[in-house]
Amino acid sequence: MAKVLMKGNEAIGEAAIRAGCKNYFAYPITPQSEVAEYLAKRLPEEGGVFLQGESEVAVGYMIFGAAGAGERVMTTSSSPGISLMSEALSYIAAAQCPAVFVNIMRGGPGLGGILPSQGDYFQATKGGGHGDYHLLVLAPDGVQEAVEMTMQAFTLAEKYRNPVMILGDGLIGQMMEPVEFPDGLKTEPSNKDDWATNGMAHRKSKKRNLVKSLFLDPTALNDNNLALKAKYAQMKKEEVQYELVNADTDYQVLITSYGTMSRVCRTAIDMLKEEGIEVAMLRPKTLFPFPEKAVFDASGKESCQAVISIEMSMGQMVEDVERCVKGRLPVEFYGECGGDIPSPEKIIEIIKALL
Amino acid sequence: MAKAFSRPKALSGTHTHYCPGCTHGIVHRLVAEAIDDLGIQEKTVGIAPVGCAVLAYNYFDCDFQEAAHGRAPAMATGIKRVRPDLMVFTYQGDGDLASIGMGEIIHAANRGEKFTTIFINNAIYGMTGGQMAPTTMPGQRATTAPLGRDTAQTGMPIRMANLLAELVTPGYITRQAVLKPQQVNKAKKAIKQAFQYQMENRCFSFVEVISTCPTNWGMTPVDALKWAEDTLLPYYELGDYKVPE
Repeated sequence: MAKVLMKGNEAIGEAAIRAGCKNYFAYPITPQSEVAEYLAKRLPEEGGVFLQGESEVAVGYMIFGAAGAGERVMTTSSSPGISLMSEALSYIAAAQCPAVFVNIMRGGPGLGGILPSQGDYFQATKGGGHGDYHLLVLAPDGVQEAVEMTMQAFTLAEKYRNPVMILGDGLIGQMMEPVEFPDGLKTEPSNKDDWATNGMAHRKSKKRNLVKSLFLDPTALNDNNLALKAKYAQMKKEEVQYELVNADTDYQVLITSYGTMSRVCRTAIDMLKEEGIEVAMLRPKTLFPFPEKAVFDASGKESCQAVISIEMSMGQMVEDVERCVKGRLPVEFYGECGGDIPSPEKIIEIIKALL
Repeated sequence: MAKAFSRPKALSGTHTHYCPGCTHGIVHRLVAEAIDDLGIQEKTVGIAPVGCAVLAYNYFDCDFQEAAHGRAPAMATGIKRVRPDLMVFTYQGDGDLASIGMGEIIHAANRGEKFTTIFINNAIYGMTGGQMAPTTMPGQRATTAPLGRDTAQTGMPIRMANLLAELVTPGYITRQAVLKPQQVNKAKKAIKQAFQYQMENRCFSFVEVISTCPTNWGMTPVDALKWAEDTLLPYYELGDYKVPE
């Protein structure tokens, strides 16, 4: 298929349809409302379901209901909206249902602002809702990857019966880029008859299904949490994705960065190269599972003197980076989170100060 | 000899955890009988609330999902929208539906979602131990209203059926009781009618059922029935508040 020029938010909506998702529930919030606006028109054309819920709280449970009934379903929101959906995320993870949540992050905390940010890293990767659970978190660096990750998200959600979050930011949602929708990523929904509440009539066994998260017996709750833990361990083994940039050189500094911020870092790396300074970057594409071994290995290069995590936050992913570097090198941090995106020149200045 | 009375197919036979004298058991049976009468067990999905009926999924023999506090109507919306062929009902108490879930029930009713809500109004929080509900009567004692509900502080009890009937969207909104055998028969009819409207894809249907909570009211089951009759029914008038044209 030829490339088309599309806004990130609209491309995410189109990607969901092309991945076979016909069900979308959402509540408007800047900077991602174009997803809903796009799907309000497109889903009826496809015979799908579009519903604007009364709040993000309600939408979270519309997603839970639809996912529990065994249908592919997605919602999109932005930071404060995701906070309201976090209760449902905990329930969906506990009840082991597949669903796709897209967070086009804006500045926080509180109402914050409407410009891009990466301030929800902790919320996305460490919880947000209550209890011992994880989301699979995919972080695109542009419109093309947002499309591909949105499409992959449905099969991942079904493979693990777990919510998957696409963690983008306002820039990825708002910018227009040429994009191609890959045919190969459309998959058939997996068989859900052994767990989904899709009506006993449709199943061979005629046994009723139950979607729940209450386990009053401590042994049963412990067992459920151990099953979840095993699932997260499998994700750590099978789903880690990352990209290495300029890592075949004798780099002196290793940058860790993701999403929009990593694109600025990439430009800075090219500019530094022209000055004869080699800097590499490790860009996690999955924030959970985090590329732990890759960070450890990349920080072990003999020429490498420092590691710096560059983020549009006050320092969140840096804690995971420190954890993975295991103290073998100093781990620095640079970030801005008012909605301005640091320039390549600023990154260059920061890197030079490390040398 | 022909069997005149037996357990509905749609009930699992599991012993319930409800307190002696609680009317949840009666309403469970009425819902199950309606499901049996209409032959819809195999395409029914129930939504359990948070509160005393949280374990309802153990007592019915049909697909079930469990919602968070108050969110059952949103969950039912999600299921019914993506699978309109399923028969979906929520079963909620008055704390769940009239307090924390007020937004969800009003908007689901206003959208005319084609599912059925069974609303148990016993004027108190049961599972959490007798705290005040939005439906608690003026002067009625609760653990969080130890001197009795002071309406100057907490407003008047909310009449959900009346409130929902005010919505312009068509619906079937009725208030019933299960305090006397005649009322039980009428409640059965209403519940079955509510499911029938759903089968015909006609409207949102809502059956409020005035019930008792002897444990948290501090009464014997018999006294609780009398108190409900004398105190709740004059305020929560029984009858149909809205029927679809």
